[in-house]
Amino acid sequence: MSNQLLNMNKVVSGADEAIRDIQDGMTLMLGGFGLCGLPENCITALVKQGRKELTCISNNAGVDDFGIGLMLKQRQVKKMISSYVGENAEFERQLLSGELEVELLPQGTLATRCMAAGYGMPAIFTPAGVGTEVAEGKETRNFNGKDYLMEMAFDADFAIVKAWKGDTMGNLVYRSTARNFNPVMAMAGKITIAEVEELVEPGELDPDHIHTPGIYVHRIFQGKDYEKRIEQRTVRVKE
Amino acid sequence: MLDKTGIAKRIAKEIKDGYYVNLGIGIPTLVANYIPETMDVVLQSENGLLGMGPFPFEGEEDPDVINAGKQTITMLPGSAIFDSAMSFGMIRAKKVNLTILGAMEVSENGDIANWKIPGKMVKGMGGAMDLVASAENIIVAMQHVNKAGESKLLPHCTLPLTGVHCVKKIVTELGVFDVLPEGGFKLLERAPGVSVEDIKNATAGKLIVEGEIPEIVI
Repeated sequence: MSNQLLNMNKVVSGADEAIRDIQDGMTLMLGGFGLCGLPENCITALVKQGRKELTCISNNAGVDDFGIGLMLKQRQVKKMISSYVGENAEFERQLLSGELEVELLPQGTLATRCMAAGYGMPAIFTPAGVGTEVAEGKETRNFNGKDYLMEMAFDADFAIVKAWKGDTMGNLVYRSTARNFNPVMAMAGKITIAEVEELVEPGELDPDHIHTPGIYVHRIFQGKDYEKRIEQRTVRVKE
Repeated sequence: MLDKTGIAKRIAKEIKDGYYVNLGIGIPTLVANYIPETMDVVLQSENGLLGMGPFPFEGEEDPDVINAGKQTITMLPGSAIFDSAMSFGMIRAKKVNLTILGAMEVSENGDIANWKIPGKMVKGMGGAMDLVASAENIIVAMQHVNKAGESKLLPHCTLPLTGVHCVKKIVTELGVFDVLPEGGFKLLERAPGVSVEDIKNATAGKLIVEGEIPEIVI
């Protein structure tokens, strides 16, 4: 064993190489909340690659011309699994016409089903959705007098996440609320792809500050031309 | 009658020093403006932030710093960032002291409907189902009647539910109500210029009025 961990190199050339073996019909997790912390480079590459019949697990579905909205426009998505899908006219059109299937889940359930996959747990119990249509067809268990739904860990072929910094071994650090679903999804993919704003050498990130250990990450690259679009620009005026 | 600002001001009086609070979209967001400066209150945003501050000054917006309504915001000194699973972990584990959210309907046994209208485009429940299922202290901020003039305080909800037996208190433009554990809306306070009779007429669910009902002071 070497006493320098410099050869465990997960770096790929870019988004096109990172997603090269995604096939029609696969299930993908995509990090982000709204347009914040989106794997922009990989989404652009997925649109170019043109795979169809994809199931996408992501908190939101982007807007018409950004994020997963770009994949919807190309009719690449068969099914969305999300907690909130407003702000997207093309999404609405496809949903109402029956072209697109949608499974809506409570946001915490969505996150925790990712977490369960990353922690090697088959299922979790949550009170979210008890007594609502979310509970239909799901097992309910009573613990200490309160009902909980059993929700299964997700099983995704690929998880695609965006981090702020990463090293060549796949260790990741996120920035501010662009963290959101990215760490739990990074843990949950059979293959996890991370795109980062800044790719550094092993040792440059403080081990105490790493959010996602590289063991969960299979491919990493430094992204480019981040647009980081703002969905709701709200400001106050200096007095 | 209270306007939206009035509802927000009245709800702000329910917040105690040292509380961790989650504010929903709409009127609940306004509540942040009326928390007394003498109080230390930490706002939780379920996309993964504790210690949410005001909107940024123009030109200082950071696309990586948003709230659950996807608005650009700021972080206060002492803020903490975490992932979505931990965010709902702290909600589920009842670490958040107070949740304030809007509603389309509330029933007299505390059921809430606020995410879906059959026949209309469904946008999703976001974090609402997680919040109402776990929070011990839920206040609903809403208009007393809908646009068609129908009461939103009902014997039973007619819309798809967000959660069951969870709402503890309601503040509308007409008054303040406790939702009793045994069922029923107990009138606590009435808005300025609103009579008990007005409130009875606007409430379809079981209304409980005991003794003299004071006017809301804000």
